Amino acid sequence: MWQVLRSELHPKGFELVTVGLDTEGAAGCRAFIEAARPEHPSLIDRHHVLADLFGVINIPSSVWIDENGMIVRPAETAPAPPQPDGKTSRFSLPADLPPRFVEIRAEAAKIRKDTQAYHAALRDWVERGAESAFALPPDAVVERSRPRDHSKALGHAHFQLAAQLEMDGHHAAAVRHFREAHRLVPDSWTFRRQAWSLERVGEGPLARFWQGPNPDASGAWPYEGDWLSDVRKIGAENYSEPWRP
Amino acid sequence: MLLRSPRVSKSEFEAGTGWQLKPEGACRGEVCIPLSQPPGESVDVARVAKDLGMPLVAEAEFGLWALGPASTGSRALATAQAPDLRLPDLSGKEFRLSSLRGQKVLLYAWAPY
Repeated sequence: MWQVLRSELHPKGFELVTVGLDTEGAAGCRAFIEAARPEHPSLIDRHHVLADLFGVINIPSSVWIDENGMIVRPAETAPAPPQPDGKTSRFSLPADLPPRFVEIRAEAAKIRKDTQAYHAALRDWVERGAESAFALPPDAVVERSRPRDHSKALGHAHFQLAAQLEMDGHHAAAVRHFREAHRLVPDSWTFRRQAWSLERVGEGPLARFWQGPNPDASGAWPYEGDWLSDVRKIGAENYSEPWRP
Repeated sequence: MLLRSPRVSKSEFEAGTGWQLKPEGACRGEVCIPLSQPPGESVDVARVAKDLGMPLVAEAEFGLWALGPASTGSRALATAQAPDLRLPDLSGKEFRLSSLRGQKVLLYAWAPY
């Protein structure tokens, strides 16, 4: 979907750089990247440096950067380009989906997507550059970036440590630091989703999307929340912040 | 930024944190923060972390340290100037964001979970 948009806009001096946030690295991202067959840079971020450097707290998110390396829009929700045929995913799901996935899909369908406004703005910026009203001045970019105090910065350090411990095979120690990161940075969905994804339930590509306790072993779940409970707590319509022009 | 030692080289520190260590202080874009000691080729991470308000968490059992982002302002970005992101692609080849200077870039974050 993004690949098609990139091919169209590339001749106008536009490039797409995709970054897979995954502690499991290339092993976790490979199938998705190979299926997309990107012609643009497609990168792997095992420690979520995008969270530290750009304030990314959820996926999918985007940051717009101009020809001079200036950020003109800080991290914000990036809905997939509108599809002429109305299809939203290239992946087909099995018919006998476990009940949890049926519930997850029902909540996900309620998530706000400002697709038309976002993509009209993106095209305007690609056409008109600094003249576009959607390219924000530097002060506004800083002001609109995520709030971060010392306690959140500390949460980021715990997350990085957790990611490295997981990569080194020290899962129990990683869980301790993931939990600290969740406590200190409660607004980060990626910090939670990453940790939950490491507690696989079942087999195959859906195992990491379970994002919650195994119904056959619920006592083993090491985290406070899970995707379905946390989304229902805030209301799925509040999962993404409204897009601001 | 992950560390296996409490001292790192200046270039590792700069690549890992996005802050350039200059005689006038640690700088990102137009923002410079004075340092309590002039930077050398080897960086005492705990000292610079304190100057920049970066949290440093140790996991002594595993010989690991993690340096969190600077909390110099109240926002994730201290400046609108993009840091020079360096990340590998699927084959492990390092990509640098600054290689796309002259083009408009949409940096897109996704995850396989």
